[in-house]
Amino acid sequence: MYTEQVMDHFTNPRNVGEIEDASGVGEVGNMRCGDIMRIYLKVNDQDVIEDIKFRTFGCAAAIATSSKITELVKGKTISEALVITNKQVAEELGGLPQPKMHCSNLAADALKEAIKDYQSKKK
Amino acid sequence: MRKVYLDHAATTPLHTEVFAAMKPYFTEHYGNPSSVYAIGREARKAVDEAREKVAAALGAEPQEIIFTSGATESNNLAIRGTARALQHKGKHIITCAVEHHAVLDTCLALQKEGFEVTVLPVDEYGLVSVKDLETALREQTILVTIMMANNEVGTVMPTAEIGRLCQERGIVFHTDAVQAIGKLPVDVNELHVDLLSLSAHKFYGPKGIGALYVRKGTRLSSYHFGGAQERKIRPGTENVPGIVGLGKAIELATSQMEEKNKRIKALRDKLKDGVLAIPHTRLNGHPERRLPGNLNVSILYVEGESLILSLDLKGIAVSSGSACTSGSLDPSHVLLAMGLDHQTAHGSLRFTLGDDNTEEEIDYVLEVLPEIVARLRSMSPVYEGNK
Ligand SMILES: Cc1ncc(COP(=O)(O)O)c(C=O)c1O
Repeated sequence: MYTEQVMDHFTNPRNVGEIEDASGVGEVGNMRCGDIMRIYLKVNDQDVIEDIKFRTFGCAAAIATSSKITELVKGKTISEALVITNKQVAEELGGLPQPKMHCSNLAADALKEAIKDYQSKKK
Repeated sequence: MRKVYLDHAATTPLHTEVFAAMKPYFTEHYGNPSSVYAIGREARKAVDEAREKVAAALGAEPQEIIFTSGATESNNLAIRGTARALQHKGKHIITCAVEHHAVLDTCLALQKEGFEVTVLPVDEYGLVSVKDLETALREQTILVTIMMANNEVGTVMPTAEIGRLCQERGIVFHTDAVQAIGKLPVDVNELHVDLLSLSAHKFYGPKGIGALYVRKGTRLSSYHFGGAQERKIRPGTENVPGIVGLGKAIELATSQMEEKNKRIKALRDKLKDGVLAIPHTRLNGHPERRLPGNLNVSILYVEGESLILSLDLKGIAVSSGSACTSGSLDPSHVLLAMGLDHQTAHGSLRFTLGDDNTEEEIDYVLEVLPEIVARLRSMSPVYEGNK
């Protein structure tokens, strides 16, 4: 059902936790479908994501996509991070089962929310 | 890696004696029970004997047993067959909110065809109230279908009381007894049921074979047409090995039932105490009126599929009512009907114990589960402990 990459990120998630003085925080999902993702960003003066952490309530797909996106954007600039899509995250994990594509594949949305929060705070 | 199977409500391993009884009917005894020559008669005899065993286990007469492909078909046949046979009398059907989809969706399909369906609510423990049923009965009510025991939370319904009420009112009563066989005494006369569904693979028999008990004189329309098998109600060449397996399985399941269930219940209680010792957990279902092997709990702040997969990595097989495992976007309709909020329902875990489980296995589960819960909670944005 799940690829090896998904199981790897599910069993050894990268960057779990939170950042106390985060530059931005984003949360998506709802308890109805049972997936909630929260992403914390630490962004430096050059708009580079220096650190990123997540906490996720949800199935293996939700946890793995959250973990994967933190790996993908750490060290990237905000503009580089903004172009990442949910679909891309799923592809990086070797794909997700079809029913998971819409409900548990929200990591890029959570990241965008966190970036939005960061940008609104910067203003 | 060790394997611990704790999902006996989903299916059970085939009993070795059942397998042994079935085997010759795949090979040397391959006759068609409708054939008049020797190998046909042999097969007929095996089917007849199995029918007697199923009838004996239910306190029924052999001619009241119709073999089907399983409880899904039995439920469809019972409900659709009654609806069609009695629609001239009325078009009202009563069921309840925690039924298996094989019952609920059949009723909803009939609703689309012009029948009226009342879905009775359940209380926080998953119980229907006989009073509610009494209030819902109408002149036009032709069928009441309420399960004997729930497959998710193990709640045991007041089946005999419901049966008595229906009998007094002259209304056909069907019960889905799939989870009850081998766990509760099932006597069609004591329960006052007219129709009863069962599936062999839930009590150590083979998959794809079941039966519908049809009380003598109960009118039932068939929706399959073909040969004269199963009194034309369910035509088609009999699944002889399956039927033989069902007969053997129900005989074994209903013998020494009390001792077996006592042992299973003791293991279940040990598991229950251990799991509920984990902080922020709750029992789902009734504290007493429940099947001996069923434990359904919610583990707050984590999601069921993550729990299942984590336990699976340790060789432990359980199930959950979370949306990810229910095949829909919503968690289990049973848990929601009992008033659980979505989060609690998403964090549900169902352990169903069986004959093959040991105390050592329960110890193993209780050893690994707290670590799994702690790990998943440490990732959870809704867990208070992370704040
Ligand atoms: C209560 C109940 N009814 C009906 C069924 C359907 O049985 P089967 O899949 O064997 O047709 C099940 C099994 O999942 C069940 O637990």
